[in-house]
Amino acid sequence: MCGIAGIIRRGNPGNIGEEMTSMLQSLKHRGPDSTGFAVYGVPEKNQYVMRFKVAEQEDMNSGFDIHQQIKDRRDIVDSRMKEMGAEIITQDTVTEYAFRYTFRKENGLRRLADYIEDVEGAEILSLGSALELVKDLGDAGVVAGQYNLGNFNGTHAIGHTRMATESDVDIRSAHPYWAYPFNDVSVVHNGQLTNYWNWRRTLEHRGHRFMSNCDSELIAVYLADKMDSGVELEKAMKDSLDELDGVFTYVVATSDRLGMAKDLMAAKPMVLYESDDFVALASEEVAIRSIFPHEIDTFDPYEGEVRVWQL
Amino acid sequence: MATIDKSFDAGLHSEQLSGRTQEIFFSAEEDENFVYPYNAFEVDSSKKAEFDAQSLESTDINLKIRELMKEGFGHIVVQNPRAKHSIGVGILNRLQLDFEGSLGYFGCGLVDGPNIRISGRVGWSFAENMMAGTIIVEKNAGSTFGAAIRGGDLVCKGDVGSRTGIDMKGGTIIVGGRTGTLSGFMMQRGRMIILGDAGPNLGDSMYDGTIFVGGNIASLGVDAVAGEMTELEAEWIERKLALYGMKAPNGAANLQKIVAGKQLWNYDNLEPTEKKIVL
Repeated sequence: MCGIAGIIRRGNPGNIGEEMTSMLQSLKHRGPDSTGFAVYGVPEKNQYVMRFKVAEQEDMNSGFDIHQQIKDRRDIVDSRMKEMGAEIITQDTVTEYAFRYTFRKENGLRRLADYIEDVEGAEILSLGSALELVKDLGDAGVVAGQYNLGNFNGTHAIGHTRMATESDVDIRSAHPYWAYPFNDVSVVHNGQLTNYWNWRRTLEHRGHRFMSNCDSELIAVYLADKMDSGVELEKAMKDSLDELDGVFTYVVATSDRLGMAKDLMAAKPMVLYESDDFVALASEEVAIRSIFPHEIDTFDPYEGEVRVWQL
Repeated sequence: MATIDKSFDAGLHSEQLSGRTQEIFFSAEEDENFVYPYNAFEVDSSKKAEFDAQSLESTDINLKIRELMKEGFGHIVVQNPRAKHSIGVGILNRLQLDFEGSLGYFGCGLVDGPNIRISGRVGWSFAENMMAGTIIVEKNAGSTFGAAIRGGDLVCKGDVGSRTGIDMKGGTIIVGGRTGTLSGFMMQRGRMIILGDAGPNLGDSMYDGTIFVGGNIASLGVDAVAGEMTELEAEWIERKLALYGMKAPNGAANLQKIVAGKQLWNYDNLEPTEKKIVL
């Protein structure tokens, strides 16, 4: 079933970490397996934020000598970043296996990302000037507490509560997905893609990498591929309605935009609230109401509808 | 018009259900057989109660409504439903029930008799399997609005999502705005009045029943064909809309009428095994 949500504050940054946590906690019944957040902070000039992990949560209970392996893997990541000319500014250990770095680098971000992911067990969850992506097993309250998202100040966010239907219960299959290697692009999705393998083969032939067997990851890579060839986000989303088969509603965010698309069968729900300074969307209205104490008017987008909002 | 004329000539179109798989759901003679084993309360419509649902779970809200009916309250106002799911379901009673706010998914399903008004919006699968009574939604509604309803008047004054009136078996659905794709899908009986635009595949695979549309129809579904509006129908629509303070933008007589072409396989009278023999 899965629950998806998004919020954008137009010109007025605020505590989107707390707001998205509240929305996703309201959607817990739609998917208790894992929860993920893509939150967009206020970018610092010439500075990047990278969230990455060097092990899965389940490895912590089963891996032999896993604690030493994590330490070794992180040391390799650090040395590779220095080798590639990245100037590390801050290093936060969020959980034993997940980290948040800020750094400066002139160019060559894709090469750096590839080099880091070449380290055994390493996966970059997000890389960009504004995007910070965290996901883990557990409900929104647990994950937000674990990753200290309760006071995250930012402009917009998307989130996901997952009910595993097509792939495993692990962090790798949890949403959101970062559109590797594009800065600040993330996707959450509710539905099933039925031409997943066709598109995956096509995109792999074009040099894109997949970290999971989850069909939702494909949407992120698909959009990234389109944008790489110069297609605007909104046009890429409209193309997806024709080219991706299945039933789906997805939400995408970039450094300054938030968008949603609903397939032609309109079999997956989405409710919208829009005002001059705020847009909120979710699989269920109850999530939107969790952050608005006053009475609001909401509506459903229709089949084949694509909407994009700018900061 | 040619298609519908052809179906009439072939004796394929009538208001009477046909085919071996169809059933007659209601019969006036069977009234005495309708008994409610529980939840039949003697209520007084002049006795009014009000409660705040802000901090209550869905189950508690439904129980509270029942408690109040048991105490004889015939008019209940629920404040702050906050889009919670499955509220106002299974009410088999005369009752005036007002929700001041919005409902979530599966609201007011399986009701038989109450008059309900929602001041806000309702989520997916609202009033599923409604049997009788009237329900008025003042704002918008989600998808599968009025799925499989068998009777009563179900009114949404705003826009409604996709698959409105899917599998409806009777009653009337009125939509003040537009509807999404596959509205009236597999409709079997009853009437749907859409004053705005209708989405793609309207009336797909409908067995019977009638759909009236005031705006544009994106496309008709399989076996849905245009029908001819009668004076009697136009009068009925005008009266019906007036009951809820609504009006067809260009007059009821100018609504488009959509009916089943009845050319699908299920309209022959042969069972699959018999078909094999014949063929």
